[in-house]
Amino acid sequence: MENTEQVVEEVIQSRKAKKFNLWLGMIGMFMMFAALSSGFIVYTASGVDKGIKTLLPNAFIYSTITILLSSVTLYLAHNAAKKQRLGQQKNFLILTLLLGLVFFGLQVHSWTVLAGQGIFFVNPNASQSFIYIFTGLHLAHIIAGLIVLIRCLMGAMKPIPHADNLFRMDLASIFWHFLDLLWIYIYVFLLLNQ
Amino acid sequence: MSSTVISHGAAHHDSHDHHHETFLTKYIFSQDHKMIAKQFLITGIVMAVFAMVLSILFRIQLAWPDKEFPILEIFLGKWAEGGRIKPDFFLSLVTIHGTMMVFFVLTAGLSGTFSNLLIPYQIGARDMASPLMNMLSYWFFFVACVIMVASFFVESGPAAAGWTIYPPLSAVPTAISGSGLGMTLWLVSMTLFIASQVLGGVNYISTILNMRTKGMDLWRMPLTIWSFFLTAIVGLLSFPVLVSAVVLLFFDRSVGTSFYLSDLVVQGQILPNEGGSPILFQHLFWFLGHPEVYIVVMPALGLTSEVISTNSRKPIFGYHAMVYSLVGITVLSFIVWGHHMFVTGMNPFLGGVFMITTLIIAVPSAVKAFNYIATLWRGNIRFTPAMMFAIGMVSFFVSGGLTGLYLGNAALDINLHDTYFVVAHFHLVMGSASIFGMLCGVYHWYPKMFGRMMDTKLGYLHFWLTFIGAYLVFFPMHFMGIDGVPRRYYAFTAFPFMEKWVSVNLLITWAAIIAGLGQVAFLWNFFASIWTGKKASQNPWQSNTLEWTTPVEHIHGNWPGEIPTVYRWPYDYSKPGHDTDFIPQTTPFSETMSSNQAHDFEGNEEAVRIQNEWNKQNNREVEG
Repeated sequence: MENTEQVVEEVIQSRKAKKFNLWLGMIGMFMMFAALSSGFIVYTASGVDKGIKTLLPNAFIYSTITILLSSVTLYLAHNAAKKQRLGQQKNFLILTLLLGLVFFGLQVHSWTVLAGQGIFFVNPNASQSFIYIFTGLHLAHIIAGLIVLIRCLMGAMKPIPHADNLFRMDLASIFWHFLDLLWIYIYVFLLLNQ
Repeated sequence: MSSTVISHGAAHHDSHDHHHETFLTKYIFSQDHKMIAKQFLITGIVMAVFAMVLSILFRIQLAWPDKEFPILEIFLGKWAEGGRIKPDFFLSLVTIHGTMMVFFVLTAGLSGTFSNLLIPYQIGARDMASPLMNMLSYWFFFVACVIMVASFFVESGPAAAGWTIYPPLSAVPTAISGSGLGMTLWLVSMTLFIASQVLGGVNYISTILNMRTKGMDLWRMPLTIWSFFLTAIVGLLSFPVLVSAVVLLFFDRSVGTSFYLSDLVVQGQILPNEGGSPILFQHLFWFLGHPEVYIVVMPALGLTSEVISTNSRKPIFGYHAMVYSLVGITVLSFIVWGHHMFVTGMNPFLGGVFMITTLIIAVPSAVKAFNYIATLWRGNIRFTPAMMFAIGMVSFFVSGGLTGLYLGNAALDINLHDTYFVVAHFHLVMGSASIFGMLCGVYHWYPKMFGRMMDTKLGYLHFWLTFIGAYLVFFPMHFMGIDGVPRRYYAFTAFPFMEKWVSVNLLITWAAIIAGLGQVAFLWNFFASIWTGKKASQNPWQSNTLEWTTPVEHIHGNWPGEIPTVYRWPYDYSKPGHDTDFIPQTTPFSETMSSNQAHDFEGNEEAVRIQNEWNKQNNREVEG
């Protein structure tokens, strides 16, 4: 009896550690964008002809709303998982996934809008190239986020034991909300330098 | 009976298929920290030998610039036509030697091996927080190594822009043959390597913070763990920055963006890139690059702390000061990167700021050096091979660190920048010091890794050849640097002022070859002892830390029964009043009444009262 208690204790300890891993990983990801931000600032300060010098596409406003909504639906899915309502959890997860895909599409669409304005990736004013770098690297993380969400959905479909399901949802929520905040950071950063 | 059940359950709780361990899951895709440590170590050793051979090749060119070695053409083909190494290939050799040594040997080989081996062992955990991430960390590293080696087999040769890959040389594929496919492979390899380091580092930090056994509070952790912990933090904060730099470089190379490039004419052709700044790359690179040298040296400092204390049979001098100086180095490492860029046209005021932060690093470094010496002072020293390498490490750390004061000075750096003085400085303070720390770790923890002892005599031979060899190689370089001889130059015969140094180059090359041959003693000792070494006892060095309470045979979950509880710090060596000269961390104070001091109880009044009563009954007097 004591043994199983000990095993349970070790499982709890290892879960706590894994969640902590995620937080550390997010610090690493943030450092990457912090480096790009400081690179952008240093580069933009290097000449008067540098800088964004254009209006950011409106698609960014829509994509921001979309990803915020996706965070809300994921929150609802997480809540449903806590209350062990599998059906609800699945529906909200699918909704979140769809919103994530829409976000992806909107970001790619904004690139065509930028290109239409004559703001190309290959550009002697690299401040403008930075817009593509920021959004592109964020999208790379969004792809990872979508994979995590799909894994959650698969867990809920199977369904895996409640504790495992909830743990997956915990991790996915932290990561997805982080991606949401990261995008808002990038957007605000770009707006301030517009 | 009950104990076997616990370990069984503990080891299997999050992976259910371990009951039937196949060759593949045990030796190849292992998730066990001990096996992963060995994988890191052996891959690191292979990379070290490879990188060392590269250095011997370019040393041959420097010593005998006009001589032909037909054997080189047999092995290197068109890169050594007529038996002489080509200038382009010389640059590749220098580049890949640096890259492999800094990243693959002294980062992954050192941190990867010993963090993986010692973190779970010394803090009392069954394994890492996430064994899967740990396995991925190794395999990303392994693929990175394979890709880097593979770049020797492409038509245009490996990367040749130096290990710092400054643009525009690295960013313009037509600039030099090594900036073609070889550079692309370099970037791919490095990206995988960073992924490996972040995965590993995250795991190390999280394991240390979350998985310590009962009683193992932060101030009872061995200094090895402190150093791995802080190293992992430095890595986590700095490696992602290199990703950003590499991503931008990749687009400059492949897509035609102008982050780093501007106004270039290559082979009579004007490049379309405009408006970029190569200095931007240097800022991003050195924001990683400088912390990287502490990533390289801090684990070595941690390992030697442990080995020196154990083999001096004395507590480490100034345990708290050792930790705080590591913390100080960690913090300072992020605000000194500009000292690599004094001559880029940096604002002199900014240069002054970077100079001050740089020179302040001398303080924690000196604290560590003095503490090592104070630990040795009047110790009951056991000169095991590990101890020899630990002392050697301190020697290099001091002699290489002193020249850091010259290089950190913005005004002096104008003269010394990019000369052999720099080469001498970092090869001593970070290269030799770290490799000695690593070798000290290998000799000391070999019994824990392989259950057998390494041969002592071969160890001494290895030590003396390497120690004397390293000084003979790097010390003369200081004088060349002061004379203004630039690093990475292909032939000293091309410039009259450098010709007088050709004879010194001859000495350096012979020393390098002999020291290189000395490594055969190590390689033989290392690989042969896996099978033929003397069987190790459980605690061959009479050490206090937890890893020596595990059985010699490796088992899943490390301890057959419950994880031991920790009662004391790890440095109770030669404590007055105790019958042996070491008290393991697992020994409670109630079993060592005759040696307890009031400060051992950290203000626990009840314990102090019991101790005082016992003292009274046993006529024991305690000072303080």
